Amino acid sequence: MGHDTAEWVFVAIVIAVLCYVGVDSWIVQKAVEDVPANAEVIKVTGQQWFWSFEHADGTKEISTLHVKKGHAYVFEIYSRDVMHSFNIPDWVVFEDAVPGHVNHAWFAPDTAGTYPIQCREYCGLLHYNMRGSLVVEDDNAT
Amino acid sequence: MVLELQKPRPVWQIMFSTHHTDVGYLYLVFGIIFLFMGGVLAMIIRTHLFFPGQGVLISDSATFNRIFTVHGLTMLFLFALPVANGIGNILVPIMVRYKDMAYPKLNAIAFWMNPVGAALLWLGFADTTWVSYAPYSIIRAPGPAADMFIFGMKILGVSSILSSINFVVTILKCKHPDLPLRRVPLFAWSMFTVSLMTIIAMPTYAAALIMMLTDRLGLSGFFNPFAGGDPIAYLHLFWFTFHPEVYIFLLPAIGMMYEIIPRFSRKPLYSQASGVFAFVMLGIIGFASWGHHMYSTGMDFTTKVVFMIGTLAAVPASGMHVFNFLATMWGGRIRFAAPMKFAVGGIALFFSAGAGGVLNSAMPLDFITHGTYWVVGHMHLFLIGTIGFGFVGMIYYMFPYVTGRMYNEKLASAHFVLMFWGTVQTFFTQHLLGLEGMPRRVYDYPPEFSSWTTLNQISTIGAWMIGASFAIFLASLIYYSAKGKPANMDDPWGIGGKYYYPVAAKNPHGGHSGY
Repeated sequence: MGHDTAEWVFVAIVIAVLCYVGVDSWIVQKAVEDVPANAEVIKVTGQQWFWSFEHADGTKEISTLHVKKGHAYVFEIYSRDVMHSFNIPDWVVFEDAVPGHVNHAWFAPDTAGTYPIQCREYCGLLHYNMRGSLVVEDDNAT
Repeated sequence: MVLELQKPRPVWQIMFSTHHTDVGYLYLVFGIIFLFMGGVLAMIIRTHLFFPGQGVLISDSATFNRIFTVHGLTMLFLFALPVANGIGNILVPIMVRYKDMAYPKLNAIAFWMNPVGAALLWLGFADTTWVSYAPYSIIRAPGPAADMFIFGMKILGVSSILSSINFVVTILKCKHPDLPLRRVPLFAWSMFTVSLMTIIAMPTYAAALIMMLTDRLGLSGFFNPFAGGDPIAYLHLFWFTFHPEVYIFLLPAIGMMYEIIPRFSRKPLYSQASGVFAFVMLGIIGFASWGHHMYSTGMDFTTKVVFMIGTLAAVPASGMHVFNFLATMWGGRIRFAAPMKFAVGGIALFFSAGAGGVLNSAMPLDFITHGTYWVVGHMHLFLIGTIGFGFVGMIYYMFPYVTGRMYNEKLASAHFVLMFWGTVQTFFTQHLLGLEGMPRRVYDYPPEFSSWTTLNQISTIGAWMIGASFAIFLASLIYYSAKGKPANMDDPWGIGGKYYYPVAAKNPHGGHSGY
């Protein structure tokens, strides 16, 4: 094939780096997708051009989502019209809202504060303004 | 020498010609015109994003959405593909030592479909984004723009299938009998690989476009969830065509670097065989990775792993190209004329774009970067950084052969410095912007995120530098093709050996670099 040793060594190093990237991604992603059993379900619905939320106890919210620090939550993500993408960048929550499908993402915030929520898949006219906020509150009850 | 225009001909003689060099010129001029039209749109986008707050330059988001959609379509299908086809048309028949393309009339027809497709895309000015994901493109996108987009893409797709058939037949059947396929120069190999990929990939998208059209007309519901369809099916069909299409854009630029680098390094190519092997590998593996565009659509873990492996598998072959370039330059007496500067700059940016690509394909990191400005920066590093630099280098390289005159080396250097700096500043910054969480395809961003504003401004200034560099390019292309000094056609760059150029009928070294 016209290879000489230098090229084989180079290709071997590249493949070794890729194997490391692949195996490490596998391990991390496996851990990331392991939803805790006690996670509370929040229904998230995207539609042009806002997010609405429904908690397990039936409380509904629009654009602003309140959750408690130290609890795990799993999002059930729906779409009413076109494709959106539910994204909380600070907590690496990112999953598409696809009409006709239900997608899942989960997180367990451990610091209180207010974080932006946004849409990360082009969904038309006001895609840029499909923003909301996440309020993580201190849980005084426990 | 076939390429030089000894006597200027009236333009209609070129327009109605079916000769491969004339069709090649038409493709090149067409591609360069649309490079500047798409570039103007890019300048508008970046200038608009300089400040947060609505209506900085464009007063409504509908216009902004249309502009970035047509910018993408123009750069991909009206600049990158035509320029690759143009240079392929000019050089491939010479490289395989045949008098013309296999089907000259089909070749001219394939070109003349391009202006029609371009007119549909530009007059429609759709807002679907170039990927035009269902169901937005079906149930929400305003017509007739979206329908014109479908017909325009259809025509351009048929055109690229026709020209691909022509390249494959020319290379396989019209090649000189004394020239074995493995010794065909690597640029022709790159055109051969991408033509085969086009023939395999494009019909899938053609089918998806028809399905999208009937969905829009309400006759069917393939991708419309409100009529029982599934938008994810569209994404699969789309990316099955357009991930290989990424390589279809990229490989001709790599092939052009294989033309430039050995000559300006005054050395034979390090390894023809590894170049051929890497092209074929990329051509095959390019079909194994489309799903990495869809990690976040609710894909299950196993599918994600399969597509991650398919994506990573393309990296060693890309690395072999880089190795081949560096090994060719190693120990060479390099002449850094404009084509070589652009080729070397292109390799550097190809390497950084590829490194970013590995991060994207790693599943957990993809959930940070996907759909953000990181992806915008990443794919522009390929599209401007590698493809743009390769093409511009090749245009400088062919300039004396086509016009018989020499461009100005100082202006070309200024073009290179501005374009390289601008590319790094614009698109490396956009990677950071993506890590800060800014989504792509946004008309506006909230002013309260001060880091977004700063990074956008740095990025915009870089984009202006790229714009300025291309103004220099356009001016010098026009001026020096009419008023430039006559080039020394045996050795335009003073490299020293006649056999370094494509004009040589035979390479006295008997090796890899002449044909």
